[in-house]
Amino acid sequence: MTQRNRLPERGRVDRSRTLRFQFNGRTYTGHPGDTVASALLANGVRLVGRSFKYGRPRGVIAAGPEEPNAILQVGTDPATTTPNLRATQTELYDGLVCSSTNGWPSTERDLTSVVGKVGGRMMPPGFYYKTFMWPSSLWMTYEKGIRKAAGLGQSPSQPDPAEYDHMNHHVDVLVVGAGPAGLSAARTAARAGARVMIADEQPELGGHLLASRATISGTPAAKWVRRQTDALAREPEVTVLRRTTAVGYHDHNFVVLSERRTDHLGPDAGGVRERLHRVRAGQVVIATGAHERPLVFGNNDRPGVMTASAVGTYINRYGVVPGERLVLMTTNDHAYHTALDWHNAGREVVAVVDTRAEAGGDLPTEARACGIRVLTGHGVIEAAGGRSVTGARVAPLSADGESLAGTTHELPCDVIATSGGWSPVVHLTCHTGDKPVWSEEVLGFVPGETRQARVCAGGVNGTYALEAVIHEGVDAGKRAATAWGFEATEMRDLAVSVAEPSQDPSMKLFLVPHHKPVTRAPKQFVDFQTDVTAAAIEVAVREGYESIEHVKRYTVMGFGTDQGKLGNVNGVALTARARGKTIPETGTTVFRPAYTPVTFGALAGMERGGLLDPARFTPMHLWHVRQGAAFEDVGQWKRPWYYPRHGESMQQAVNRECLAVRQRVGMLDASTLGKIDIQGSDAREFLNRVYTNAWMKLQPGRCRYGLMLKEDGMVFDDGVTACVDDEHFIMTTTTGNAGPVLEWLERWHQTEWPELDVCFTSITDQWATVTVTGPESRNVVAKLCDDIDFSREAFPFMAWREGTVAGALARVFRISFTGELTYEINVPADYGMHLWEAVYAAGEPYGITPYGTETMHVLRAEKGFIIVGQDTDGSVTPEDLGMHWALKREKPFSFLGQRSLDRSDSRRRDREQFVGIRPLNGEAVLPEGAQAVENPSNPVPKRTIGHVTSSYYSAALGHSIALGLIERGHDRQRERLHFMTSDGRLEEAELCSTVFYDPDGARQNV
Amino acid sequence: MLNIYCPHCGEHRSEEEFHYAGEAHIPRPENPAELSDEAWGDYLFFRRNPRGLHHEQWYHATGCRRFFNVARDTVTYEIHESYPMGARPSVSRDSEEAA
Repeated sequence: MTQRNRLPERGRVDRSRTLRFQFNGRTYTGHPGDTVASALLANGVRLVGRSFKYGRPRGVIAAGPEEPNAILQVGTDPATTTPNLRATQTELYDGLVCSSTNGWPSTERDLTSVVGKVGGRMMPPGFYYKTFMWPSSLWMTYEKGIRKAAGLGQSPSQPDPAEYDHMNHHVDVLVVGAGPAGLSAARTAARAGARVMIADEQPELGGHLLASRATISGTPAAKWVRRQTDALAREPEVTVLRRTTAVGYHDHNFVVLSERRTDHLGPDAGGVRERLHRVRAGQVVIATGAHERPLVFGNNDRPGVMTASAVGTYINRYGVVPGERLVLMTTNDHAYHTALDWHNAGREVVAVVDTRAEAGGDLPTEARACGIRVLTGHGVIEAAGGRSVTGARVAPLSADGESLAGTTHELPCDVIATSGGWSPVVHLTCHTGDKPVWSEEVLGFVPGETRQARVCAGGVNGTYALEAVIHEGVDAGKRAATAWGFEATEMRDLAVSVAEPSQDPSMKLFLVPHHKPVTRAPKQFVDFQTDVTAAAIEVAVREGYESIEHVKRYTVMGFGTDQGKLGNVNGVALTARARGKTIPETGTTVFRPAYTPVTFGALAGMERGGLLDPARFTPMHLWHVRQGAAFEDVGQWKRPWYYPRHGESMQQAVNRECLAVRQRVGMLDASTLGKIDIQGSDAREFLNRVYTNAWMKLQPGRCRYGLMLKEDGMVFDDGVTACVDDEHFIMTTTTGNAGPVLEWLERWHQTEWPELDVCFTSITDQWATVTVTGPESRNVVAKLCDDIDFSREAFPFMAWREGTVAGALARVFRISFTGELTYEINVPADYGMHLWEAVYAAGEPYGITPYGTETMHVLRAEKGFIIVGQDTDGSVTPEDLGMHWALKREKPFSFLGQRSLDRSDSRRRDREQFVGIRPLNGEAVLPEGAQAVENPSNPVPKRTIGHVTSSYYSAALGHSIALGLIERGHDRQRERLHFMTSDGRLEEAELCSTVFYDPDGARQNV
Repeated sequence: MLNIYCPHCGEHRSEEEFHYAGEAHIPRPENPAELSDEAWGDYLFFRRNPRGLHHEQWYHATGCRRFFNVARDTVTYEIHESYPMGARPSVSRDSEEAA
């Protein structure tokens, strides 16, 4: 197919090279510099998609990010394909393959269009809510069909092999938008000495000047842009980012920029595909310009209906005239540029239909002088044609534009370009919650007041005259730089003058009236991507939706991937009209990030897979790996879970490990336990305040178990703390709580008790810990150490000793989490592996068995020892746990949480309490989390009275055991309850003591 | 994302380095045992939820590990000042109303 709409010259495309690409299965050609949209228009392709709800044929409307219809799936590789790309922003490369995201079974033959034609009247606003929500159980079924028909694109189905990354920046001035205002601002701020970053979503700087025929102080616009670009390149502290969209403007001038680095080169480019820039800026200059606002009229969605500026852009920037015969409808002088461009391209301008009674400005005069027919006081009330525009039905308007003042006649044409004025791109200025304000002078919403350190310049303020835009840009650059402490210098080369044509005032018109009332007229589209019509808005208001936010949600206006950039202001205006209110009274909906869609790849950056979160390894990790251990994540730590021997299942391995500890000796890597070094003359007093029990009498060489509560009386952490000397203690915490406990200690010291002389240091990573436990453990450690007496008398339970173990300086704690005789050997982390291997070798004659966290859990559960965070959940007091023994209420200082233990709620009789649970079927392991009911024959919903917190099979006991929290559990010993299993059965179990094994503690007391 | 000045480090750093640490200037009662359940409950659970100026604690978790106070506007997210523990704010409701 030839590019029949391509002009022989003009524009910024490189005609010396031809690029081939595929769209919906057909091959076309274009040139470097084209977007997919400009290339399709050059090839005369009109139909680019089907509409969301009615399946109506749709064509390209715009030339930028506001495009609602030409939405593409680009690429066919299931790993790298990208949905929802705007054809108007997708740069062409050789071999590009793309398709419409809408249309099923195909864009050419769309089934829903039949529904749309037949059932259009039966699909009012709220259609989906009204039709598909009942029965709600079928919604999932409906949704599949709706999604298929609506065609929201395909997400990649395989992992994307491309690289994405993030970059952080601190800049003095960030300029968003590199049109005339942004370029001027960036140059001015840079000259003042500021570190400047300027970002623009287009591949080239220049904004709308890339499609402008204006001259600036006698220089053609494109040349002026090149000068500014070159000047910026010479500034040492300026960063220029092309193909980079500012997608979010967050508090304190934190702006997120999304840079597309390789997609314009094709799928094999390599390198970083997209980069998210996280920019903290001293000052932000918003120079995002404005989008032209289309007029709303009957069948205004026919392919061939476009915005006037888009048509001008295709002609001037891409050398593409998107049709043969143009009818232009406008409310203002500016759009006459497009008629003149079309005329100069050698094609026919059938008429300019000007909705104003008179048009006497320079441009209308020039148009008339070119022989262009100008119909003032008229409007295009309806487009003729089906899959493409074939004519414009034109009628005279009343002076206020509210009704027709005569009969209709049809002008044959294939393109209808419209301009209802311009809408400033205020999106970014609203992201931090600031509201835009309606300006009757601009006929658009302009940025409102803000607390952010930002300046707006140019089109976003509703300033459209080029000379004024450049001067505003210079001024913004100055203000930004000086506000951030720089001294601005005069920019003589930016003191430009631009000859502006005289302009008559624009007309405030959004909807062109029809002979029929809005609800009867041919569809007048407001939001193309979501198929919201003027009638839908009237119906929504009639059905009682008044707030613009409610109208938005009921009609789904602005809910597309384009977020209604083209249609929202028209929608606001029509809502105001339907309600008989003004636009300021109606207001706008909230603008939220992201401005245009951002890929998940860009958001994730490098933070995926193994780089998502730091992983922490103990010094003995490699040994565990070599032994084939299965690992469990505990916080960020990788801990051995169990060590399966050939062919063993997890349960078999855990049974073997448990029995080894109970019968001989086992070893556990306990290095991950949190360890905090506490020093200072008030260290003891501090412990007294944060722990529930007493610390004043703990002697050097002794250690003690402690419970830590939040101020609400609920258990927060537990662990053993050892006394080194009167002013020095070592606290251990649970693995997952090491960080929070340190913060907790710091909080109380810094915010409440700064007078206490105490300081805290995390030493978790500095020490490695090997736990040796079981009846043979004394024999094993004694083999490795000459300078500690391990006898029962010399080294009793809950004591610790310093000595040399396997040649390394060690702290050995005689504590026990298994109920067996246990020594926890701590050595500097660098000796961890050495110690581990030495213990293993020394233990071999005794059959020492390494065990993992699962066995650790079973062994402690057999003894009824709690795991904070598993058996507790922030709503459990020590008394609920039956740990009254750990409370020392007579301390002079009311320890953290003490007062809360006497709150009426903590004293409730029906609190859930910690109990042992023994299933009657000893082979059945209750699921953790299983709910307890008293009487299974009670009607549904059955009242539950607690749940299982820990549950295992105990090899030592030969039956399953569980722990749980049960209402009044302490008074229910020997009562039987029923527990629901995940497959819906009920298991009966008897409540018992939490200590299943060795209730007298004889085994550790040897 | 807030840009918070840490008075201890003497620098502005991004919010992700900090943990929010609750409303500021709520001293722990000296004799909890003497308080009624209601008074203790007020100390434990009841916090101001102002529209506007709010004094709050922040913790420089991945920095200097110091707690400090911030006067922040809950509507605009403006931070009026950061000041160390034990200091009094220079921006208060009264000073704002006077200004």
